[in-house]
Amino acid sequence: MARLLSIFALLVFVLHVTSESTGEVVEQLEGEEFTEELLFRPLPDRKVLSYFHFESKVPRTNSYGHHHRLFPKAIYQLVHKYRITEMELSFTQGRWNYESWGGFDPVASSNAKPPGVELWAVFDVPQDQVDASWKNLTHTLSGLFCASINFLESSTMYSAPDWSFRSLSGNLRYGSLPREAVCTENLTPWLKLLPCRDKAGLSSLMNRPSIYRGFYHSQRLHLTSGEFDLVASGHGITLEQTLTIVLQPDALETNAAFSSSRKLQPSWSMNSLFGRTVEGKCALAKSSNVYVQLEGSLVYNMKDTWNDIEGYEGEEVPYEGFGSNPNFGFSVSPDRMMKEVNSFHKEGSSILYGFSIKDYHSSKPFDLGFRWKLPVTWSCVKAPLRASRFLMGSGNEKGAIALSLQSTEWSESLPKAHNDEEKCRLRVDVFQVVPWYIKVYYHTARLFVDGVPQSLGDVIEKMHVSPSEDKVSPGVMETILRLPCDMKSASLTLEFDKGFLHIDEYPPDANQGFDIPSAIISFPDFQTCLEYTQDNTSIKSPMVSKMQEKRKILSYTEVLLVPLTTPDFSMPYNVITITCTVFALYFGSLLNALRRRAGEEERFLKSKDKNTSKLRLLLSKLSAKLRGRAWEPPTSTPPSSSSSPKLISSKVIIKIVLIAAIGFGWQYYYG
Amino acid sequence: MVSTAEIDGQKPKHRPIIRIGIFIIAHSFLVRYCFSNFTFVHSIIRFCTVVCCTAGVLALLLLPVLAKKTYVSENALMPGSATPMLSDQDVSGATRFMNELTSPKLKSWNMGIELPRLIALHMSNLGGEVNYHKFQTQPNNFHPLYFFTSPDAEANLVNKTCQSYATNTIGIIRAPRGDGKEAIVLVTPYNPVNLTQSEVLSLGIAYSVFSLLTQVSWLAKDIIWLAADSQYGQYNSVAAWLRDYHTPSFGGHGKLHADNCRGASGMHGSKLDMFVETEVSDTFRRAGTMAAAFVIKVANTGEEGEQDSLKIYAEASNGQMPNLDLINVVSYLAVHGQGLRVKVEKLVSLLDSKWLNFIGEMLESVGKIARSLNPQWKFGIPVQEYVEGSATLVSSLYNQAIGVPTGSHGAFRDYQVDAITLEISPKLSSSNKARQTEFLFRGGRLIEGVVRSVNNLLEKFHQSFFLYLLTSSNKFISVGVYMIAFLLLVAPLPVVAASLFSNATSTNPNSQKHTSSSSEPFQSWRWLYPTKTIFLVHLWGAIVSLLPYFIYQIPECQPTSRLLIWASLSIFILAVLRSFFGSSTHLQEWVLLKSVTVSSLFIGLCLMSVINFATAEIGALILVPMCLMIKPWKIAGKAHSAFNLLLLTVGFPGAAFFVVKGAFGVQNGSGLVEFWYWVESLWAWNSATYIYICMVHLPCWVLCICILLHCC
Repeated sequence: MARLLSIFALLVFVLHVTSESTGEVVEQLEGEEFTEELLFRPLPDRKVLSYFHFESKVPRTNSYGHHHRLFPKAIYQLVHKYRITEMELSFTQGRWNYESWGGFDPVASSNAKPPGVELWAVFDVPQDQVDASWKNLTHTLSGLFCASINFLESSTMYSAPDWSFRSLSGNLRYGSLPREAVCTENLTPWLKLLPCRDKAGLSSLMNRPSIYRGFYHSQRLHLTSGEFDLVASGHGITLEQTLTIVLQPDALETNAAFSSSRKLQPSWSMNSLFGRTVEGKCALAKSSNVYVQLEGSLVYNMKDTWNDIEGYEGEEVPYEGFGSNPNFGFSVSPDRMMKEVNSFHKEGSSILYGFSIKDYHSSKPFDLGFRWKLPVTWSCVKAPLRASRFLMGSGNEKGAIALSLQSTEWSESLPKAHNDEEKCRLRVDVFQVVPWYIKVYYHTARLFVDGVPQSLGDVIEKMHVSPSEDKVSPGVMETILRLPCDMKSASLTLEFDKGFLHIDEYPPDANQGFDIPSAIISFPDFQTCLEYTQDNTSIKSPMVSKMQEKRKILSYTEVLLVPLTTPDFSMPYNVITITCTVFALYFGSLLNALRRRAGEEERFLKSKDKNTSKLRLLLSKLSAKLRGRAWEPPTSTPPSSSSSPKLISSKVIIKIVLIAAIGFGWQYYYG
Repeated sequence: MVSTAEIDGQKPKHRPIIRIGIFIIAHSFLVRYCFSNFTFVHSIIRFCTVVCCTAGVLALLLLPVLAKKTYVSENALMPGSATPMLSDQDVSGATRFMNELTSPKLKSWNMGIELPRLIALHMSNLGGEVNYHKFQTQPNNFHPLYFFTSPDAEANLVNKTCQSYATNTIGIIRAPRGDGKEAIVLVTPYNPVNLTQSEVLSLGIAYSVFSLLTQVSWLAKDIIWLAADSQYGQYNSVAAWLRDYHTPSFGGHGKLHADNCRGASGMHGSKLDMFVETEVSDTFRRAGTMAAAFVIKVANTGEEGEQDSLKIYAEASNGQMPNLDLINVVSYLAVHGQGLRVKVEKLVSLLDSKWLNFIGEMLESVGKIARSLNPQWKFGIPVQEYVEGSATLVSSLYNQAIGVPTGSHGAFRDYQVDAITLEISPKLSSSNKARQTEFLFRGGRLIEGVVRSVNNLLEKFHQSFFLYLLTSSNKFISVGVYMIAFLLLVAPLPVVAASLFSNATSTNPNSQKHTSSSSEPFQSWRWLYPTKTIFLVHLWGAIVSLLPYFIYQIPECQPTSRLLIWASLSIFILAVLRSFFGSSTHLQEWVLLKSVTVSSLFIGLCLMSVINFATAEIGALILVPMCLMIKPWKIAGKAHSAFNLLLLTVGFPGAAFFVVKGAFGVQNGSGLVEFWYWVESLWAWNSATYIYICMVHLPCWVLCICILLHCC
């Protein structure tokens, strides 16, 4: 026994030692790495965007082997089993406000997702196996993330875009579930993929009530793998997990001078936003940083106010480094400041303040506060065109989908960029999936630019339509539009008929209507990219390098709700009840009639007829009258063969009437 | 049939089912047999007819007694389950807003332009997305070809000056966590040129609710506040907005016009523009499929009473009603949440009518007797309740029957959106400051509760009734009950038609003997002649219904003269048609004519009952006795003829109008002009009642006249 105990103690000791040493071990590991980053950005409509970015990397299997310290095994197995080269899964609640939160910068462009679940994946398998892989993948993900992603398995729910979604797609499948509700049950498995879960590091900020209270909540998982590349390029699997939340800070403390004004943006701190603070970094993370990003136009506008004050007061405002500023201040002085270089916009270049949380621990928690000192207004950089989609028409028969593109102030500065062409044309890619019960007639497409109808050939450069097939596949439309740069608005309309569904094809809440998933509008002419000066001290940050990647701008349109005709779902039960009643009556009487032995009954009656009562006489008279025959007294002559059954029938009728009356009375009194 | 009868004779022992079958066949045989000696059957049928008609009228009178209590059928609505959140801050904001609306500074400016700006400023300050919607009023012309479809929007936008543009202001709250698929609409009509205190109050209520809803986190549907510019009519503004919401025209014609006008009107004053923080655009903003709409109004005159009261208007065009649950939720919250007295429109003049009181007393005493027999028989209601119930019922029937919406909520129903008007009337004039605040609290909390309740529902309204009549705010008659009265009235028609037909064919040999003039080879085709007459008369009805379109082409014409032109033209055309096809006079012709008339009436009424039940009900009440009683005056007795004449007088559409107006004492203006306007309103609102009157009622009446004047 004692020996056993000592072995156990030794084991505990060894475990303890290993766990303590992990921190240092990770630093030395070249292969796997994990970084955690958090970006805050004040938004023009008094809200704050917080963007968590976690990245795990693992080298290629043939050089590193199968065993991992940090990288989640579930994802690794998933990638290998289904041979995924790229995959993205997002769970979103709320809508991204393209107008006030912007749609041009990398964060907005890659993290603004349609409500519900969106999944796309590229497989490294032969063409004919892609669908099978996709189906298996949906089931796996469904189990992994506690969501009904398995509904994407049905071929009516997903589509295979040719070229509009991504340029290099042959093995790509895309599907979305607009009605999927997102909650903590989806977040918990997502957090499980992080090495520290939400126990330490930046993810410990994720206090469930506060992150689900926000105006927008999108958790995303993006996966790229180079495992199956024939050319060994070195990079293995990269798992990028982001959580984008837009929160409304409660005003921390009111500045006396501006308390009455609504214009002063609310100050915030990590504690006020999340109700928690960071107690040190995740020990397994290679780097753990917090950033605050100020947009170019905000910086520009602040410069204005600052200059104003300077001129007004006639004294120089000390601007020491980046810790304090007449417009705003941090509670913790930032470790570094990065400025945007070769900014696309004339107005100003955005600034990124970096904070390292390496030196914080539980007795000295990190709580970044941001306080506005002067009121300032600005606007975010919007996407080139504001896309919105809506339904037209009313009634249960037909309707139309209209896609409207409105120019923003941004696109008005376009012509300079495209002077070489004879006429500037803006390329817009549209990718739209419509379920089969919305029967879109693609030949009815009509296009208006600034209210003038255009011939489709002039505007549409390329169009690929795969019409829906009933109960088999959705309708997919991929279009490249070339719109004149100086247009104010353009709209594309498509008419559709509403289909009828079979009764068992209706979802449980059919009376809500049916969703048409978001269309994706992309602008390949523009590349979103923010380049920051990297000062020497800063370590390479995956988030900042992600921002520097050139990617095309995407924006999603609204999800549409189409009310379809719904049957009265209680009707089948009524029909069943009535049919059963009829059957019961029929079989009852049939059996009754069949098992009667008429001859015996007649004999029996004959013997009984001798003592006929007065009542029976009366009844037979009545029945005779009912039948419109002359009454013949049953006793006198040898009874005509038909009269005796008649007697029985009248008896039966009276009985039935009596029972019905009793039943009716019962119903009336106690029903 | 014969073969079974033979079998019957041979094989007497039968199984019960077969016996039942034989019984039925024998019975039908008997019926057939009886038709040959028709006098007996005819008298039976006549008796049945009288019984059915009387029962139909009685059933109609009994409806208030049969009304059931309303209940919230959809559980998800959960009205009143949450405590109201409307706070002092919202109401004081609304008070400030109202003060600004009524401030004399604003009056010095051009109200028509500045008011939408001011409202937009406040909407955007609260955090809503704002846009203006400029629209042109559409003239209510009669377009016979577009009767059932809405006229082409672009066709009407010609030759309009900038003066006829009005501006709706729309504020939208996006639900913070919603997916933006559905929306709830709040409408406050106001007249920017002449703003009244009650309109200011209704805007104040909407403001307080809007201010609350921008802060709450429970919204699942977007909220649209439509401040509708009602200087060209409340209905028009809402309908114009809905039209642009659902069927926008992308063509540039209208837009160009609007742009020009904006330039012109923008010169007058943009003093408020500098305050508007965010850009208020003219781009039309949308917010998904509409789930429900509420038109908020405040009554002009305060009523004497202890409580504030709420009046609900629900009737939309062609007698369509919103889902009963919507009314239930509103009245539940008004009564139990805010202590308002809920009323539904009723015919006040009926309240004092003696005969109704008498019937009420009768029913009450019957109920008492029933209760003395068995205390659980809850039959019969107090006289007061009966009379009020029937007054409400009559008004409900009338409003549904004429097919003209009772308010701007009617525009929503055309797009399958459930909508009602809530008219809140303060108990006394609300000059008192505290009183006004209390009123804002009440109204705001009511609207908040209703919005919250509808917000809970993640479906379209489908659970409760769409076909019902209200007898009070919390009592209703469902379609299953009120159909009985109509069915009883209509049921004798086919039977009578059949009996008349068989009557005519069977008596035919007699008539042949007497006259010997008819040597037609096709005796069985005799019904073709009356059918031809009927077809011509219905054709005439169709022509009459189209005539107003041409009358409208005559410029500068008084209503009276238009009416006279219409009448004279109609009579002229009738005479022409009659002279063209002559009249074949057989002795028994009128019987066949009556038979076909009755069957055509039956078809017409049944068709109409599908489109607008109330119209069919009232039509049946007038036409069925008339058609059943009618007989040539030469044959009928004096009393009978006099009675027929009376029925005919009442049955004429115009006369019916005046009789009804006279009986209920709602006379205003000279008769003919009023009648013209009434008819005009019918076709302006695309009411199917107009079609019914011209193509069923009027032809039937003319045919009855023909029968009456038939020379035998």
